[in-house]
Formats: sequence, C-alpha cells, structure tokens
Amino acid sequence: MNSNTPVEDTIRAKITAAFNPQTLEIYNDSHLHSHHKAMASSTSKETHFRLVITSDAFDSKMQPARHRMVYALLRDEMALEGGIHALQLRTLTPSEEERQQKKKDDEAKAKAEAKALRAEARAAQEAEAET
Amino acid sequence: MFTRTVASTLLRASARPAAFRAPAHALRASLSPWAPLSGLTPFQARLISDQTRTAIDKAVASAPVVLFMKGTPETPQCGFSRAAIQILGIQGVNPEKFAAFNVLEDPELREGIKEYSDWPTIPQLYVDGEFVGGCDILVSMHQGGDLAKMFEEKKVLVEGEAEAEKKE
Repeated sequence: MNSNTPVEDTIRAKITAAFNPQTLEIYNDSHLHSHHKAMASSTSKETHFRLVITSDAFDSKMQPARHRMVYALLRDEMALEGGIHALQLRTLTPSEEERQQKKKDDEAKAKAEAKALRAEARAAQEAEAET
Repeated sequence: MFTRTVASTLLRASARPAAFRAPAHALRASLSPWAPLSGLTPFQARLISDQTRTAIDKAVASAPVVLFMKGTPETPQCGFSRAAIQILGIQGVNPEKFAAFNVLEDPELREGIKEYSDWPTIPQLYVDGEFVGGCDILVSMHQGGDLAKMFEEKKVLVEGEAEAEKKE
C-alpha cells in the first residue's frame, strides 16, 4: 500500500540513515499554511515541516553548518515543484539536548517551588487573619 | 522598531551598468574571509551569473545588518520573514544600520541569494557581510542571548537602547 505521507517518510528515512539521530521529531505544519498565497497552486499536504534532530553528527559544528547538512540531504525534495516549501529546523547535539532538558526541568522545579511558597504565604496570612 | 522603508537597491543598481564594470573577483575580495561558495559544486556555482553575484555582493555590503526577506519590513509576506523582522525590532537594531531586500520583487535575487548563501530558504540575515542564518537560527540566538551579544559587539543597536531596557 502507498503511504499517505511520502515526503515525511523520505525525510525520516534520509535523516535516520545520514545522522543516526538520538531524537527525531517530524511535525507536518502544512495545514497551518494551506491558505497562503504561495500555496494556492499546491495540492500537496506535505509542504511545511518542522524537524527536531539530535545527533552526534552535529558535534563541533555551528548552527548554519548543521542546517546546511539537513538542507543538502533534502535538496531534491526542496527543489521539487510542489515539494517542501518550508523547513523549520532545530538541530542539537546530545549534550545540548541534555542541557536544555535540564534547564527546562530546573525552570519547572523553580516554578513549582515558587508556587508552593506562595501557597504557604497565603496560608500563613489566612491563619493570621483568623486569629 | 523599523519605521524606515528600505527599498530594494538591487533593482536600481542593475539599472546602472557602471556598477558592474569592476571585475566581480575584485569586489568579492573586499568581502569577509567567509566564503559563500564553500558548499557548492562547480556546476552549481556556474548557475548564478556574475552580474547577479556582484549585485548581491553590493546588497550584502549595503548596511551592517542586511535581511533578505519576502515582503517589506512594514508588510512581510511570510510568517518567517515577519518573525525575523520582529526579532530585529525587539533587539533594537538601528534602522540606519539596517537594509532589507524584498526577494519577491526580483526573481533573480530570489533564486540567486539561495545559491549565493548556499541556503535554500528565506529570510536570510547577514551581519557585517557574514551570513548568520535563517529564521530558526535567529529565533534560537535571540532566545539564547547570542543575538543581543553579537549586535552589541557589532555596534548596530540604537544608542541608549540597552540602558532604556535596564530601566524598565
């Protein structure tokens, strides 16, 4: 049976083969852009993609170089008439991903602590008001 | 924010043949050590005409901060170009040190800039003649603070902007 998402399948296959990614998230945002003027003549449901790729292949490379690696890999799909029109990229190394995840966790933790503190203060205030 | 309209000087430049009389390599030599052709095969490098390359060289050198975008700063024609403009505005880039080029106005520029930068999408940001990145790189540099640092180092921000922000 033919796939309903040939472009997405190609992206996944190519990136998996080339970068052996630790994380690969593919989001098809095409439906958000179907009303765009540039999309008026397009019938494809696979025009706008957003990728999150974590791979060792990006080690010691600046962001533009990492993006160019992905663009080069998908050159044909992007050049094709009615192919990929927009490709958003987030390219990380495993250690960067770990750092970002830790930052996110820390922020969530700090937020939770602040919330607990506020609740405590409120409780103390209410207790005071009662006496 | 940007109030000044920066029209495409590329079209005007191409109306002046004198602009192209200097050999392309002489003009290119004045650019940064960054080599825009590094990722291209000889076949691809041949697709872009010397005239287009020279015109883009001039565009890139026309201001410290140069954005190739779809539409104008006032009316961007694409969400990614709009995001780029908004970030430059939030950062407080001095309009006098900024130029925007609307690739939709000029098919040659639209195709040429992709090859020139070895970058298949629009918008594209150049600072001091060097390619910085597209919308995603701008967003992540903006969030990570790297963009503010770079703009400060390159002295392209509206003066007093940093202090004004501190007071808020």
